[in-house]
Amino acid sequence: MNQAMSAKAMRWGRRLATAGVVALALAGGASAQDEHDPYEGFNRTMFTVNEAIDTYAAKPIAKGYDKAVPLPVKAGVGNFFNNAGDLWIGLNGALQGKLPDAGNDLARLLINSTVGIFGLFDVASELGLEKHEEDFGQTLAVWGVSDGGYLYWPIIGPRTVRDTFGWGVDTFGDPVMATRPVSVRNGMAALRFVDIRASLLPADKVVEEAALDKYAYIRDGYLQRRRNLIYDGRPPRLDD
Amino acid sequence: MMKKLFSLLLTLLISSAAFAQEAPDALIQRVTEEVLEIVRKDKDIQNGSTQKVVDLAEKKVLPHFNFQHMTALALGKEWRKASPQQQQQLTAEFKTLLVRTYSNALTGYRNQRIVYKPFKMNAGDTDVLVRTEVVQPGSKPVQLDYSLEKQDSGWKVYDVVVAGISLVTNYRDQFGQEVRNGGIDGLIASIAAKNKSLENRK
Repeated sequence: MNQAMSAKAMRWGRRLATAGVVALALAGGASAQDEHDPYEGFNRTMFTVNEAIDTYAAKPIAKGYDKAVPLPVKAGVGNFFNNAGDLWIGLNGALQGKLPDAGNDLARLLINSTVGIFGLFDVASELGLEKHEEDFGQTLAVWGVSDGGYLYWPIIGPRTVRDTFGWGVDTFGDPVMATRPVSVRNGMAALRFVDIRASLLPADKVVEEAALDKYAYIRDGYLQRRRNLIYDGRPPRLDD
Repeated sequence: MMKKLFSLLLTLLISSAAFAQEAPDALIQRVTEEVLEIVRKDKDIQNGSTQKVVDLAEKKVLPHFNFQHMTALALGKEWRKASPQQQQQLTAEFKTLLVRTYSNALTGYRNQRIVYKPFKMNAGDTDVLVRTEVVQPGSKPVQLDYSLEKQDSGWKVYDVVVAGISLVTNYRDQFGQEVRNGGIDGLIASIAAKNKSLENRK
């Protein structure tokens, strides 16, 4: 194993260990107040922390970005990061046994990286190659891993235990995180974060106004959304 | 004269029957396009006028919704324990909340395109799902699905699902929480208080 590989493996190992330790610590503190949300106390505290970060940092920056940057540029930025994710998306599709989807995603990557000028334009969608949304958390779910309970983290927000672990694996397969030098990687990661936060701005007002309890509204929305993604937009109906 | 009147009546009867039996997917498409056409032309709505967009929703959209069913769905098992009067109050408050918050989402409409997914139903179906997608440049299409049930007066929407999130059942836990704390009346009071605070904000 060369040095770069072993450094990567070590980082990866550390991530795994962290996820494992966190999962264990949380499992120890579980109480049976709500089957969907066994760590509600911890989560609500983190939610409050994140709301403060969002109000004073993330949201103002996202608003500034949204106002200052013209729409074609914003679309280009969104397309660029979407394109960068398509290989990992295709791989996860394949791991879930969806080979035609994986082929579609690979074709998207090839077309958008070339004709679409490094992914700035989503030519593939225009050609009818649909964008998919897959990640390792979904792959685990398809493999039968249960979600392990809902968690709310600062910065990254809602993730179940399974999806937190999946997210750790996703970072490993994320071309942005593999970009060097580190300063460029950090810049790209920050831009992507702002881009994602800006894309959520229109939803803010709706959530503020619609929710009786914003924490619960976001939690249940997240859980429904994940279920929908795991079943690729066609989840079986739940009994009323 | 009688003959003329009779034929007129017959025509009316047939056309109104045809209207009542408008297929669910056709209904969704017609209402969506009508509403978006109005939003595209209305500068006040585009500038975020809640009043105007709520008026629009009340005129064009709400007649095709069954709010009683939506409220029952949001509340789950507790619904049957509520008295008819409580059910009525709850439906009224929940309707106000939903209409206000989600009509506002229309003010954010710019030039997104709606794609209507292929729709199939069997002859005897009384409960169907109509699937659409909101397409906008630079982001992934957003799934927008409607659950409809057949009633004598035509098909009525009883659930709206955005990106897999039901706007109705997403309230289930919050409603359950309120009912555990203060009963059905407590829940009615909290939604009413929420509506009042939104009313005062504008």
